[in-house]
Amino acid sequence: MKSYLEPEFIIERDDEKCTRCKICIEQCTYGVHYYNSKNNIVRSRDENCVNCHRCVVFCPTKAITIRRNPTQYTENWHWTKEVITDIKKQAETGRAILTGMGCDKPYYTYWDKILLNASQVTNPSIDPLREPIEIRTYLGAKPDKLELEMKNNDIELKTKLTPQLCAETPILFAAISLGAVNFNVHLALARAAAECGTFMNCGEGGLDKRLYQYGDHIIVQVASGRFGVSPEYLNAGAAIEIKIGQGAKPGIGGHLPGEKVTQEIAQTRMIPVGTDALSPAPHHDIYSIEDLRQLIYALKEATDYTKPVAVKIAAVHNCAAIASGMVRAGADIIVLDGIRGATGAAPKVIRDNVGIPIELALASVDQRLRDEGIRNKASIIVSGGIRNSADIVKAIALGADAVYIGTAALVAIGCTLCQKCYTGKCPWGIATTDPRIAERLDPDVATKRLVNLLQAWSIEIKEMLGAMGINAIESLRGNREQLRGVGLTETELKILGIKMAGE
Amino acid sequence: MTRIVDSFNNPYNDDKLIEACALFGMMNLSGRRFGVKDPLKAISNMRERSNGLGAGFAIYGLYPEHENDYALHIMYLNMEARERAEMLIRENFDVLEAEEIPVNPEAKVWRPPSLWRYFVQPKKGATNISSHDDYVLENVMRINTKSKGAFVFSSGKNMGVFKGVGFPEDIAEYFCLDEYKGYMWICHTRFPTNTPGWWGGAQPFNILDWSVIHNGELSSYGTNRRYLEMHGYYCTMQTDSEVITYALDLLMRKHKLPIEVVAKIFAPPFWFEIDSMTPKERSFYTALRQCYSNLLLNGPFTIIVARTGEMIGLADRIKLRPLVAGIKDDVFYLSSEEAAIRLVSPHLDKVWYPRAGEPVIARLKSAEPLETLATP
Repeated sequence: MKSYLEPEFIIERDDEKCTRCKICIEQCTYGVHYYNSKNNIVRSRDENCVNCHRCVVFCPTKAITIRRNPTQYTENWHWTKEVITDIKKQAETGRAILTGMGCDKPYYTYWDKILLNASQVTNPSIDPLREPIEIRTYLGAKPDKLELEMKNNDIELKTKLTPQLCAETPILFAAISLGAVNFNVHLALARAAAECGTFMNCGEGGLDKRLYQYGDHIIVQVASGRFGVSPEYLNAGAAIEIKIGQGAKPGIGGHLPGEKVTQEIAQTRMIPVGTDALSPAPHHDIYSIEDLRQLIYALKEATDYTKPVAVKIAAVHNCAAIASGMVRAGADIIVLDGIRGATGAAPKVIRDNVGIPIELALASVDQRLRDEGIRNKASIIVSGGIRNSADIVKAIALGADAVYIGTAALVAIGCTLCQKCYTGKCPWGIATTDPRIAERLDPDVATKRLVNLLQAWSIEIKEMLGAMGINAIESLRGNREQLRGVGLTETELKILGIKMAGE
Repeated sequence: MTRIVDSFNNPYNDDKLIEACALFGMMNLSGRRFGVKDPLKAISNMRERSNGLGAGFAIYGLYPEHENDYALHIMYLNMEARERAEMLIRENFDVLEAEEIPVNPEAKVWRPPSLWRYFVQPKKGATNISSHDDYVLENVMRINTKSKGAFVFSSGKNMGVFKGVGFPEDIAEYFCLDEYKGYMWICHTRFPTNTPGWWGGAQPFNILDWSVIHNGELSSYGTNRRYLEMHGYYCTMQTDSEVITYALDLLMRKHKLPIEVVAKIFAPPFWFEIDSMTPKERSFYTALRQCYSNLLLNGPFTIIVARTGEMIGLADRIKLRPLVAGIKDDVFYLSSEEAAIRLVSPHLDKVWYPRAGEPVIARLKSAEPLETLATP
């Protein structure tokens, strides 16, 4: 069948600059560039290009430019190029359209409509270069109150707190499974988390034994496929996270194709080499809230109540009620993943249409838990499209304790959001388990880039806190007075629990 | 959430009241009662810190003849509010005495509301003795939120708050304070940048036995307020001082924590300090910050807190507002400025500037105010 699809991108090569060094040919994993020896020229197969920029960055003479194909169908606001292209793809394959990373539609980002406060005159701002500004964050259930005992002028603490995670910055690395990415990525995330005093979530594909040494900075995940789950694994990390859902694909399971399941991946996931790794849509032992409670306590038993247990859900319409149930079921941390949350592979229609923006989910969950008087019984981590330190400060002011970053971490080590993770050919050596491509990612360099990112964002968070006259991050948490909205409807303002700018 | 008398209280619906202030507290540690002369002289001396838009006094040991009755001081903005509030009061309390608070109409004050006081006991059988305070608290909240224009601004026993819009000398004159005596006075005068005309916005702020005067602005106000709401305290006045008062009630009365510990919740040591403590201290302060992080008072503040038999001074963890303490024989002073203390007691036995986050606590009959909790 002849394909009616047109190339999405056009490669422009400045022939005067091109030295025929063939680095672009070597770097491209999609076979875009090729050398024609008869004419001594490098040419492109535009239809293969995914716009990952690997060739652009690595071309020593900067001879390559990639442009969106300017050829347009007849202008139509309803039947856009994306719509027409998707229909043609499906008419040719008969399949759901797969994609990678998070929802890329323009209409769900509330962070950009929220502005922060600063101190002027009546309250001095604080300079983080001269005075301490504290961003250490403890994650886990907090008691309603502390019981003390006075013993001859000495105070004894009677209340014992349940296990807590201590993060030196309120930024954690989100779950990205081994298999979706390769060992080098996991190694870099673990090392960066350890160096910055925070945590990486190993995702649902198990934890390579070589990473057990970083266990104090790792959150191990238990998902519906239970890949790599063993008593040893559960005890290897600092906390356990039960993954119910993912923002990129709420209600949908996962599928790691057999070709990505190499020896290394197979061993960690505890499945045969080359077999598809299928995560069912639900946990087949959790059909109801009381089943979740059983799993939470089974995991607490398995780890002798030494580790906090988190439960992660995708942000969906009634997540406030669900979150309340999760807290009452014994979750020490609840994780909300918004519609911008990323994935290695998901049906495009699900990614772009299912779930709700994290800002609204967070605001309503935080308020609901307060209304029910149980906000202290669990910490809230939010994820799904956190792009910079301002998003983090706004999230914490709305009510989060900390954030997970996934996409931003991958961008730090090379990702350009070409959204083709599901092909397994990531030219940046990230979303691939092919050892020849994976070796492109130098774990030392990647670690340094991740550490730099966390350091830079932490400094910026302190600057913003200081400007507000706050010197401990706990005084920002849930402090919605520090936020104002612009361009929002009354209902949106009400759900976010913030006032309009100027009010 | 219901906010009381919005148009008076907070016409622009600001998040909170913003103001600068002068504080003065004076306590006779032997419990001897004294009059308004010295406290008024001292607080009036700090006129630069105020602009005549709010001042007030809390006096302890005020009503010895009603030692065991709750004294409710109430402002009414209109007649209907008084009717609604008095109905609630009659429904829930046995009223032993009710009268209009005597005032001097000649005094220079701005638009005074109608001011009444009631000596009450919870209705017999309505609640048991041990939960009288909770009962009164609940009913104060009810009057303040439901009666549309009534505001209970004092609800303790053997104590009372007098406050309004004016300079301290005007307020003292208006309430005829030269007719009252107490063993402890805390006084406040303010320079608000918003809500200038609201009598209830003046300080001290009081609930039950607690009175607070406060100089500062809490950057953590939103966090503190939402935490207290979770515990049934609804901030109807959007003032920082209200938040501090409710936090004290929660921590000291309900959670039974000593003031030394509460001071470390309001103004905790920094993590770098905690990290270098002995293991026992470290685990204590870590737990305190973990459990009560929502009641860390961030931003500049100095507070003077009074309750029966006790006066406490505390400045924020980086001391962005002034606090000085002094003692002469058995009279103890706390003030925003040393000059104010020296004015009434030039030859002090001791005068000192408490460190950031270190509480100064004076108790009746105790020989000396304690600067405590260097170690838990």
